[in-house]
Amino acid sequence: MIYFDNSATTKPYPESVKVFSDVAGDFFGNPSSLHGLGLKSGKLLQQARQIAANSLGVSSGELIFTSGGTESNNSAIKGVALAYRERGKHIITSAIEHASVYETCKQLEDLGYTVTVLPVNRKGIVSVEDVKKALREDTILVSIMQVNSELGSIQPIGEIASLLSHYPKVLFHVDGVQGFGKLPVMPKKWGIDLLSLSAHKFHGGRGTGLLYVRQGVKLSPLMSGGGQEQGRRSGTENLPGIVAMARAMKIGMGNLGKNQKHMSRLRDHLITRLKELPYCILNSPEVTNVEGAPQIVNFSCPGLKSEVIVHALEDYDIYVSTRSACSSKNDKPSRVLLAAGMDVDRAKSALRVSFSPENTIEEVDRFIEAVEQTVPKLAKIMRV
Amino acid sequence: MESVYLDHAATTPLHPDVFTAMLPYYKEVFGNPSSLHRYGQLAKIALDQSREKVAKCLGATPGEIIFTGGGTESDNLALVGVMEAFGQGHLITSQIEHHAILHTCDYLAGRGFEITYLPVGKNGKVDPEDLRQAIRPDTRLISIMFGNNETGIKQPIYELGNIAREHGVYFHTDGVQAVGLESFQLNELPIDLMSLSAHKINGPKGVGALYIAKGVKIASHIHGGSQEKKKRAGTENVPGIVGLAKALEIVTANKESLWGKYLCFKSIMVETWKKDGLNFTVNNIEEDCLPHILNVSFPNVKRETLLMNLDLQGIAASGGSACTAGSLQPSHVLQAMGLEEDCVDSAIRFSFGFGNTDEEIQQAAEKIARIVQRLNK
Repeated sequence: MIYFDNSATTKPYPESVKVFSDVAGDFFGNPSSLHGLGLKSGKLLQQARQIAANSLGVSSGELIFTSGGTESNNSAIKGVALAYRERGKHIITSAIEHASVYETCKQLEDLGYTVTVLPVNRKGIVSVEDVKKALREDTILVSIMQVNSELGSIQPIGEIASLLSHYPKVLFHVDGVQGFGKLPVMPKKWGIDLLSLSAHKFHGGRGTGLLYVRQGVKLSPLMSGGGQEQGRRSGTENLPGIVAMARAMKIGMGNLGKNQKHMSRLRDHLITRLKELPYCILNSPEVTNVEGAPQIVNFSCPGLKSEVIVHALEDYDIYVSTRSACSSKNDKPSRVLLAAGMDVDRAKSALRVSFSPENTIEEVDRFIEAVEQTVPKLAKIMRV
Repeated sequence: MESVYLDHAATTPLHPDVFTAMLPYYKEVFGNPSSLHRYGQLAKIALDQSREKVAKCLGATPGEIIFTGGGTESDNLALVGVMEAFGQGHLITSQIEHHAILHTCDYLAGRGFEITYLPVGKNGKVDPEDLRQAIRPDTRLISIMFGNNETGIKQPIYELGNIAREHGVYFHTDGVQAVGLESFQLNELPIDLMSLSAHKINGPKGVGALYIAKGVKIASHIHGGSQEKKKRAGTENVPGIVGLAKALEIVTANKESLWGKYLCFKSIMVETWKKDGLNFTVNNIEEDCLPHILNVSFPNVKRETLLMNLDLQGIAASGGSACTAGSLQPSHVLQAMGLEEDCVDSAIRFSFGFGNTDEEIQQAAEKIARIVQRLNK
């Protein structure tokens, strides 16, 4: 099996599964309970928070544990929008954000907010100049992702943050879901205010995520109730999930340099091989680690529908995707590729290959062989 | 010394069979159910099967079950989702709800919705007549919990639900404590929405569900991908959902025996204390209660001191809801029931689970009696 769909979800590290199992067995107490079992769980929760905070170089009081990336994005955007509504009702985002940012902004429009959706260039990258031009008196939030989930394009987060440092009333949220574990994620060095992460994208297991909220930033809670997570996210903490995520963060950060280098090699090799195939066009930006994240390669075989190729590759036990899994059921061509100026035909035939550090050069070669064996054949059938 | 866990209303240990059921979905079938390829589709099949199982246990159809991140999220989705779908209007709830309901109502009040909080009588119940009086032409939703998390006292849900039906108002119930002990044929009941949580029934933490009867108008609370019929975005927590379904199947199959077992535990404790001549009052009446909760006050004993002493003796109990996040506030539930201050301040909740045995309950009851006698001196 060649699993090249790691941007959809990753296989949890065995260590994370093990720790999940241990915690579910031995630390089942509710961290809010005052008895010994509860306190024991509470202590472990605090340790996990510290490990997660260390991995990001932030303080533990700045982290909120959530049920995943989608909840983190909802919580960040709606939380800021509601908490700062007296200050203004203008939000800036981009045309290539994940559905959980895009749809949340749309909902805010229904609630009377104005949203500016920035375009991207042919490489799928937002321009800092455009952010600057879009800023208004009543802008309260800019939300831009670190790495696009379909093209892998890296956004100029550091530069946008520097720009926004001159606008202290504008908060900056970064969806770091596709960045963590692949590229350095540095909330403090960048100077951002909020950051979303999702555990199942970095081998940490399903149903857990986190939101970094810089100290001093107000957030209206998305989930009201028992007041867990400093009143910012109610609901009994998913302790086994949280500890498994913290473990995966530690592993991921410990191997970041090595993993980034390895996946970059895979990416460069795949791009070189794809260029030899006349029926393939690269959609992702070419320069690895500068423009394109090391784990994602998006390309098209114009004239063929991407679903057809996905299923044909399955016969070779190779798993890739057509685009973001969260919108794969929708028939329309990818919103992200269209935003990057690609035509409908190219967008409809796009494939996304996404690596994990476990993939190998041999797998990339086998993938290319499978493409060589299937795509021209399918193209012939389609033409008839 | 063996420890005895009597705080199952706060959370329960994961059932070993539940974990066994979940494990393959971490290790092998780890795909994203929204992915088109086989890995995704295998995960999708597990998701669909889990939804069918949950629906079957609750007497609903699979399309009426939405998976969430837990009971709190289900409550938030039910209230915010329905009220936002209408855009404006009035919501009726009770004074004894879980904070996931009460604080969501505060949030909705801040958003301009109007809220009525119904009182309860000394018996801990909402008077159906009060509900009838409170309904207004613009009432959109009534939310009354099935069984209270501090006392286990059951509300006259069917009567309340029928009043809601008569007035064409949606009826939501927080079923977090009741699921696993009560039988539900949701499609035949006057209930439009019901919340449940996996970790209260020996399932995993971080998973819950919301029953949304077919045709109910509800807006999404968490936006994004089109998972869960666009009512709850986010990659599905497949292992967790498989765990929820398994846990629900197990409790559903053992409901009657658990019910009997817990009633027996309750009477062991009460009878032991009576025999020892302990000064105590039971704050929940037996026949109208979920059986797993015994809420009892030991007048003249400080609750914090008692809980600490119990804990030192290996007995884990609680001063009320765990979800007031570590604080020992006087219980809003017992206050609403009009209990004397002394009773409210000394109330302890013991709550039973499937792992408890007669012997350990007997031993715990005796230990508790000795501690209370010592503290009473």
